[in-house]
Amino acid sequence: MRRVVLFGVALALLTAVPGAAQGQVLRINNTAEPESLDPAIVTGVPEHRIISNLFEGLTTTDPRDLSPKPGMAASWMLSKDGLVYTFKLREAWWTDGRPVTAQDFVFAWERVLNPKSGAKYAQHLFYLKNGEAYNKGGVTDFSQVGVKAVDAKTLQVTLKNPTVYFLDVTGFYTLYPVPKWAIDAHGKDWVKPGKIVSNGPFKLASWVPQKDLVLEKNPRHWDAASVKLQKVIFLPTDDINTAYKQFLAGDSDWIPTVPPSQIDAAKTKPEYYVSPYLGTYYFRFNVTKSPVSDVRVRKALSLAVDRESLTAFVTKAGEVPSSSFVPAGLRGYEGPRGLGFDPAAAKKLLAEAGYPEGKGFPRTELLYNTSDLHRVITQAVQQMWKEHLGVQVDLVNVEWKVYLARQGSLDYQISRAGWIGDYVDPNTFLEMWKTGGGNNQTGWSSKRFDELMDQAARLVNAKDRMRAMQDAEKILLDEAPVLPLFTYVNKGMLSRKVKGWYPNILDQHPLKYISLER
Amino acid sequence: VLGFVTRRVAGFLPVLFIIVSLSFFIMRLAPGGPFDQDRALPEQVRANIEARYHLNESLWTQYIRYLGDVLRGDLGPSFRYPDRTVNELLGLGFPVSLLLGTCAMTVAVCLGGAAGLLAGVRRNSTVDYLTMSFALFGVSIPNFVLGPILMLLFALGLGWVPVAGWGTWRHLILPAFTLGTFYAAYVARLTRAGMLEVIGQDFIRTARAKGLREATVVLRHAVPSAILPVVTYLGPASAAVLTGSVVVETVFSIPGIGRYFVASALNRDYTMVLGTVVSYSVLLLGFNLVVDILYAYLDPRVQVDG
Repeated sequence: MRRVVLFGVALALLTAVPGAAQGQVLRINNTAEPESLDPAIVTGVPEHRIISNLFEGLTTTDPRDLSPKPGMAASWMLSKDGLVYTFKLREAWWTDGRPVTAQDFVFAWERVLNPKSGAKYAQHLFYLKNGEAYNKGGVTDFSQVGVKAVDAKTLQVTLKNPTVYFLDVTGFYTLYPVPKWAIDAHGKDWVKPGKIVSNGPFKLASWVPQKDLVLEKNPRHWDAASVKLQKVIFLPTDDINTAYKQFLAGDSDWIPTVPPSQIDAAKTKPEYYVSPYLGTYYFRFNVTKSPVSDVRVRKALSLAVDRESLTAFVTKAGEVPSSSFVPAGLRGYEGPRGLGFDPAAAKKLLAEAGYPEGKGFPRTELLYNTSDLHRVITQAVQQMWKEHLGVQVDLVNVEWKVYLARQGSLDYQISRAGWIGDYVDPNTFLEMWKTGGGNNQTGWSSKRFDELMDQAARLVNAKDRMRAMQDAEKILLDEAPVLPLFTYVNKGMLSRKVKGWYPNILDQHPLKYISLER
Repeated sequence: VLGFVTRRVAGFLPVLFIIVSLSFFIMRLAPGGPFDQDRALPEQVRANIEARYHLNESLWTQYIRYLGDVLRGDLGPSFRYPDRTVNELLGLGFPVSLLLGTCAMTVAVCLGGAAGLLAGVRRNSTVDYLTMSFALFGVSIPNFVLGPILMLLFALGLGWVPVAGWGTWRHLILPAFTLGTFYAAYVARLTRAGMLEVIGQDFIRTARAKGLREATVVLRHAVPSAILPVVTYLGPASAAVLTGSVVVETVFSIPGIGRYFVASALNRDYTMVLGTVVSYSVLLLGFNLVVDILYAYLDPRVQVDG
């Protein structure tokens, strides 16, 4: 009997799959198994693709230009000094029918900042008054922290400094509300199918690790009427060559990357897309180690790199060559230009530093982590340095965690790196270079730079603030602890059936705007 | 036999203990930790997380704690997937790896056995040369090459099966063949050699002299003796198939435990690494035991009770 039932189930499954493919079912190759679905825990992009549709924060993002739009908050007010936001929540419900309240946000934010929960992205709430102190244990009374539920539908947020981009941050998953009652009832199991309670345009239907994760439309969502997709399947294929083949075979509708070896072939297909990404590919110089402790050597190395050829013949996907650190195109920000390609000037600087024609240049290593792309890029730059400066730089390839450990402990001379912005503001690219910043990792420090950045953090006037950051970036590029190479691009394959998907610099595509056309 | 098994299982415990201890300390020698990531964590946040997973304690304390947990059958939380425990992930992956391994072994035995039989019976014929060339091919081509080739041919080119993934029987076909081909080739060569040895022997001539049909001679009389070396090979082969599925599971995006084997080491997901090592060790030890028992049955010179 049981065998008959099993057979029936198997048959149903087999017939159900092609049936479900009809209609509004989107299949996304998510490139990795999500580490978690708990908004307080996650830090990655694959998780963002899921969670940003499963939950909804105070604000959501516009699918075209990523500007903040009302989400759980129907409206908000900002005090004159730019420090106090008052959010008015809309009538909205959790998937179990409970109303979403201001208290849910207070609970969620406390949970992120609470040292015991060990949330990796707690720093996204350090914008709040006393947020950082609470996370570090200096303040133990949460009522001292700048977030308060005035009533069930009013949330008042007090910031440490005026933060121009705070409404971008409220759309970020770390700041999403979470259901206290579900967490109390199920502990860490609360994010599993059947237990999870969420408030976004989609809800969790199933989740089998390394196999697939399925979201389906949440009929209780306040904006359910405008959601067109019925179902979204996330495939965790992490082998990008396999993922690319899955797309070609029609087994997925979107793959957010293309294997470097397939770029030329992919470019010829109508599904290929490429658009600028809010990220910079660069080299770090360890300014505490010879010979790159000499600013003339750093500048010479930078001047000897032909970024145009690098992007045209090596990376090939349409990357934008760049000599400055903040990517171009951020509203209101005119970044300074860095050091362009000038082999003659490079040679002169190197000679001044005591290495004419590269003579006597000490053994220098360029560290990179295992990846086909990093290998070809570092090889190309190595070749340029040899050709234009006569210096020999050795390439050192290490595995990811070793690379991170060596970079973090300044155990390198030059290392390749990349930085992707968290929000659309130059601050996310510049703040990291402050003295002792956790992501500085070059040993570089400039008092003037620190002052300008601190000044920018306090300024309310947008123009003055941008100017302070421009001056700061100029110092960064002049002293050259970094060698910017190019601005990243989003590249991937998107089925032509997919509508309502817009290229943007964070590669974020809210599913509630997407539909499929036959 | 029961005494033999009990003694062997008791013998496993010190072996397992040594494996766990060695892996525990070797893992910690690797530079970097589970919470090193692209974006450096603020120091306090990092300290908070490490405290949460007891990583701030001395290595010795952590080791004792881990041994205690393992004895209670708890392999700990996964650092990489904080919503889940290692037990849970391995529990979900194990049946998948087992099914894949079983199918691959079936492919190996059926395909390899049939090919070897044919080659053995038609010695030095075109069939023989063809199958043996294929066998040579199968033994020498690594599965991370074979997998993508099969994918290109049968999934992308002909569209008969899905490229990758898991869920229906159609998803199983390519990975099972990819994984099974090497062993099929090996089985084919063993079967052929066995057939050649047996087919010239007196009892076969007697069978033929009795006027039995050739099919009966081969299937009833020759095959049972010819496949003895194949049977003894199946034990280690099964273990190798299960552990060898690491590559195939990654290439075909299959949710088995092989996926965690390499990835967890790269992620420094300490508990997960140890969990996979322990499960694979138990598997290997188990298969060795089965093989020893089989040997004892097939070869009277091996004493089970001694």
